[in-house]
Amino acid sequence: MTGSQILLQLNYWLIIIVMMMGFYVVLTHENMIKKLIGLGVFQTSVYFLYIVPGKVIGGTAPIIASGYQVYSNPLPHVLILTAIVVGVATLALGLALVIRINEAYGTIEEDDLYGRGEWHQ
Amino acid sequence: MASIAPHFSVLCVVIPLFGALLCAIIRNSRAAWLLAVCSALCSFLCAIFLLIHVKNGVVSYAIGGWQPPIGIEYRVDSFNAYVLALISAVGCLSILYAHNAISEVSPQNRSWYFSMMLLCLTGVMGMAATGDAFNLFVFMEIAALSSYVLIALGKQREALVAAYQYLIVGTIGATFYIIGIGFLYVSTGTLNIADLALRITPIKTTIPVLTGIGFLITGLSIKAAIFPLHAWLPNAYRFAPVPASALLSGTATKVALYILLRFIFGVLGAQFLLGTFGFYEVMVTFSLGAILCGSIVAVFQKNLRRMLAYSSVAQVGYITLGVALANENGLTGSLIHIVGHGITKAGLFFVAGSLLARLGSDHIADLAGAGRRMPWTVGSFIVLSLSMVGLPGTVGFLGKWYIAFAAVEHGSWWLAIIVIITSLFALIYMGRFIEMAYFSSRNEEKMKFLANPMSWNMGLSVAIVTGLCVWLGIDTEVLIDKARAAALLLMGANL
Repeated sequence: MTGSQILLQLNYWLIIIVMMMGFYVVLTHENMIKKLIGLGVFQTSVYFLYIVPGKVIGGTAPIIASGYQVYSNPLPHVLILTAIVVGVATLALGLALVIRINEAYGTIEEDDLYGRGEWHQ
Repeated sequence: MASIAPHFSVLCVVIPLFGALLCAIIRNSRAAWLLAVCSALCSFLCAIFLLIHVKNGVVSYAIGGWQPPIGIEYRVDSFNAYVLALISAVGCLSILYAHNAISEVSPQNRSWYFSMMLLCLTGVMGMAATGDAFNLFVFMEIAALSSYVLIALGKQREALVAAYQYLIVGTIGATFYIIGIGFLYVSTGTLNIADLALRITPIKTTIPVLTGIGFLITGLSIKAAIFPLHAWLPNAYRFAPVPASALLSGTATKVALYILLRFIFGVLGAQFLLGTFGFYEVMVTFSLGAILCGSIVAVFQKNLRRMLAYSSVAQVGYITLGVALANENGLTGSLIHIVGHGITKAGLFFVAGSLLARLGSDHIADLAGAGRRMPWTVGSFIVLSLSMVGLPGTVGFLGKWYIAFAAVEHGSWWLAIIVIITSLFALIYMGRFIEMAYFSSRNEEKMKFLANPMSWNMGLSVAIVTGLCVWLGIDTEVLIDKARAAALLLMGANL
């Protein structure tokens, strides 16, 4: 893969980098809030993954008007609106759970949590 | 009849959805429970109607009158209808069981709990009924979000952490699924699963399609708790309120398996993945890992529900083993085992919950002598255990028989021997509890009884499940015919 090819697909490279950054944060962080932030970044990168191919270069907004023949694809936007709602709901529920965990345990660090309680009973 | 059939494919999803909204408004928990049971029952009847009706062909409903593949299509064939019938039955029984079984939820919040159970049922029914890959993702998240709430309401504080873990892992799974669908959408330009199957044929081996399939299968494997992606499952089942454990084990993981099969066989074709990339070897390895690790870890569990959870990991291994063999009998066996395990495990969780409600504990050591105090409940447990082991005359036997038979047919007789030998592990871990319940007199005086006897609805659910287990095991044609029809559909041409 040459440099020019990477430049041509730069948007996809950036999306993959953001995606993997989010995923890395989810996998490695002990703090439950930071994990949720990572999850948010991970999900957001997927929104980009859908939106970017929807753009047709030279195309206009998909409203039928005289003088325009090329339109961008509106479907990914609709899909991602739904996915954003799902992402917000997930984040809200996750944060609510973290609040309850903090009340119950007094910590939101996973290492501290697993040291307490009856995990294997 | 033909004209009204398509409406049932939508009704079986919409009825629990509206039931959930109504339950959230009704503040009386008994009324909300009755409403929840009724809507789940209506959904079940719709599913049974579809199951009978799909013999005449595919039932398709275009949402909002937008014709597929542009619009969202609900498409029910003999495979979906089979899965719809299973999950609506388990959902209905779990909700029937839930009244008085969720002491951990305060009475004024119980109607919301039933509302969440119905939403979870809506989600899984929608996943099974829809023919649109993105619509499926939305239903997947409806089912997942409600199940996080269901788990978080468990009695111990560990339930919160179990729900959080499941939220993180489940969201990663769903996001992987949606990344996969994104790649497939960019490559084919369609989201309709039937249309996808047609358009993907000439470009199957291109890199974006393969990448998409990789993401898709990984995501769904997390949702289905396929070894080694099962880590979220034991804590979730252990700490959730019992009706939620039963509902999840019978519906959420099963429907994820359904979608996996739909993509592997329906969209890509039976021979594509399993014939290449060492997919067969990988699946057999993971299946054997699941069976061996799940069974062996289950033997050493001190808690009844955690033991049942590890047993679930092992049983999913049998299902994926049948899938890996990819012949007609193997797939039939997997499909039978999906139903057999779904019903049996839900019943075992019901029994564990009944013991927990009356005896105040679900630790195996605390349940010594339970068999003498609660003969009917523990008797049902024995019948269900035998189904888990795979004794002839129970539904658990059918699935394992077909899978073992398929292994011999495939030429790998050693797999058949492993299936038979590992079934005995189930005898060991189930036997541990039965031995404790009947033959141990330890801490009999320590066993404290709650004042309230077991409520009738809990007993009824256990009785129905046990009856189903034996009936499907003896009147074998009912299940085998449906499973074989679904397997033939999958083995045949694309969709």
